[in-house]
Amino acid sequence: MDFGPYLLLASLEGAVMAAVLALTAVGLSIVFGVMRVVNVAHGEFFMLGAVFAWWVASWAVGHPAIGFVLALVLAPILVGLIASAADMIVLKRVEYDPERTIVATIGLLYIIQQVTLMTFGPEARPVQPPFNQRLALPWFEFGENGFEIIWPWGLGTTSYKLFVIAAAIAILLAVWALMSRTKLGLYMRATQLDRQMAQAFGINVERVYVSVFGFGAGLAALGAVLIVPIQQAHYLMGGDPLLLSFIVVIIGGLGSLSGTVVAAVLIGMSDGVISMFFSPTLAKILSTLLVAFILIFRPQGLFGKRAA
Amino acid sequence: MLAVQRMRQNPLDKLFVRIQTHFTAKATGWQIRRGTEMAKKLIKPILDTRRGVLQKMAVGAGALAGASAMPGLMRYAQAQSSEPIKIGFQCHKTGIGAAYGRWYERTSDAAVARINDMGGINGRPVELVIEDDGTDPKRGAEVLEKFAKQSNCDVAFGTLFSHVVIGSAPTAGELKLPYFVVSEGHHVASGMLNRYTLQPGITDVRSQVIAMAPFVADNLGKKVTMIFPDFAFGHDHRDYFSAAIKEQGGEVIEMIAIPPTETSFTKYFPKIPRETEVIYHVMVGPAVLTFVKEMGEFFGSNKPEIFGFIDSLEAVDINSPGLEFLEGTYFWEGNPRYAQADQTSFDKNYREAVGVNDQGSSVTDSSDISTYAHMFGCWETLNVIKKGMESCDYKGPDDRPALIEAVEAMTDMPASDDHPQGTKEFNGKTHQAFGHQYISQVKDKKLNVVHTTPIEAGYYPDEVDYTKQPF
Repeated sequence: MDFGPYLLLASLEGAVMAAVLALTAVGLSIVFGVMRVVNVAHGEFFMLGAVFAWWVASWAVGHPAIGFVLALVLAPILVGLIASAADMIVLKRVEYDPERTIVATIGLLYIIQQVTLMTFGPEARPVQPPFNQRLALPWFEFGENGFEIIWPWGLGTTSYKLFVIAAAIAILLAVWALMSRTKLGLYMRATQLDRQMAQAFGINVERVYVSVFGFGAGLAALGAVLIVPIQQAHYLMGGDPLLLSFIVVIIGGLGSLSGTVVAAVLIGMSDGVISMFFSPTLAKILSTLLVAFILIFRPQGLFGKRAA
Repeated sequence: MLAVQRMRQNPLDKLFVRIQTHFTAKATGWQIRRGTEMAKKLIKPILDTRRGVLQKMAVGAGALAGASAMPGLMRYAQAQSSEPIKIGFQCHKTGIGAAYGRWYERTSDAAVARINDMGGINGRPVELVIEDDGTDPKRGAEVLEKFAKQSNCDVAFGTLFSHVVIGSAPTAGELKLPYFVVSEGHHVASGMLNRYTLQPGITDVRSQVIAMAPFVADNLGKKVTMIFPDFAFGHDHRDYFSAAIKEQGGEVIEMIAIPPTETSFTKYFPKIPRETEVIYHVMVGPAVLTFVKEMGEFFGSNKPEIFGFIDSLEAVDINSPGLEFLEGTYFWEGNPRYAQADQTSFDKNYREAVGVNDQGSSVTDSSDISTYAHMFGCWETLNVIKKGMESCDYKGPDDRPALIEAVEAMTDMPASDDHPQGTKEFNGKTHQAFGHQYISQVKDKKLNVVHTTPIEAGYYPDEVDYTKQPF
């Protein structure tokens, strides 16, 4: 394939990946920012989102779009409720102590993964996309007849992939509005800034924690529902998103929303482009290397504020 | 200090500790004296109470301690002749091979049930001891060790994924445990493994691709791009198919290796060169449906000829949305998934026994598609083990070398209810079976066999003589 169309295709693939990654990583980032909890089970909430999406979609009858829309609404809510329950039953009991929450969420990771294996099974299961037209994309070249529009072999995308990108942007805008324009967002930001002061001003910090943990998991689940018509639900699918989300959150700056989004786009796009031109392994090597450099030279991340 | 600790201990912890101390103290003391029968009587009423899981755990531990305190009692209780022959089944229950594992298990269960219905082996019943290897080489080796040392299996059997076989075979050699694999990989016949590893129930990749290459070159095209999984099994395809197509006057113009755990594939397809006449694809892992779907999305209406190994579609419904582009393309099948017009009675009986309908899916759930092209290997291998044990009059682990010699002496395996996939020739020197290969075309969303290769088409010179290796 020629360089131009190749790059366009790589960027499109990268954009889909960046879109889902942004949602997942923003969830992780909010949880860390507000609660100071490193949620190792985040990838499993992503996986649960995909599994619930399959479950809801397989119950729904009629056009696949009905099942998909139901999944888009129900799966994140269910996952959010499970996460909130985990917060109340486990994280609250260990008093949000940093070390113990890491161990506790590792435990959650295994519990969720193995319960899924025991119930959902080890197979990968597909969810039908609500719509999926293949869109061939044109390219231009200056040939013998001057400027020409051609339709290169293999250059195309699907309407659903474009929808994933658009939906992710819309959801991220909604998250931003929630954080900066609503009372709940105000509570969250206040708790993030100073937990004790927030409590002194009458904010029910415990309730904020419960909702933030559920909200973060719900965002991961939402990302998963969007990707599951492309990738299929599988009980081991949480590993990659977890690793990439951590990379993104570290690069973007822990607790910084805009930083997380920028880093997600950076990592997603570069992963798409590098893995197409070279190899997917090299893409992973480079992003991990970037994390190492960030940790050495700018530990607070690209957009993070230096801890006081 | 004590007060602080007491405050921190929550009610659940307290309950757990109480139950634990209560039962371990009580159960072990009683049961060691009174034996396992007594233990069973004790457990029963306790299990029926509402306290559930925690108690079961504690009592289970006690019962185990009781049973292990009296080694040999069980063994002497039974007449030696009726003690079952134990076959350790290394099964991909989880991990990337899970779909194969599920069907390998069903097929093996059906084969063992049939063998037991016919009177077992040498008058003894056969018992499968199933262990999950997680499709992981390290775990695979541990499972073999468990078979040999813990569950006292006579032989081990079953694995598909080549990296698990390669990781486990050295352990089989060390433990001197006959290891019958159903893996397709060329590693057995290449001489890479050892005398204790045999593959009598399924053909290997090298034999498959050299039988297949003339069809590809004559009917589809000479410039081939290969897409294969990046581990031992895929490398067999890469090495032997590119050599075989060269012999037919064709060439492989690009090789695209994909990690078997990959979940998204569009990024690999642009490497397919424009002058490609034939795509040769073989993929494994949980994401095969995504692989085939994205390949269709990549090409759109403008596609080259496509020849795939059915591995890319095993356990996947060919009628899944997005796979319409496969119409007219070709697949290798180890055993035809759809019952063909000239179906043998052997295939019919085998389908019925395993519970597979004429479309290749489960009779109880039509969305549960079998791994039909591979799983016959389990059925046939178990029948080979039976025949081998009968011809050497197998009595117990001391006869393991004799069993291997008996299997090595086998040659013809005619199509029969024991070998429903078709006639096979076994090469005792390379420990590898050779057989027919089927090429099917997708027509009206069904796989129809269009060509069956003769057994000789898959022959190649021996690369090893395992019979010369000492036991």
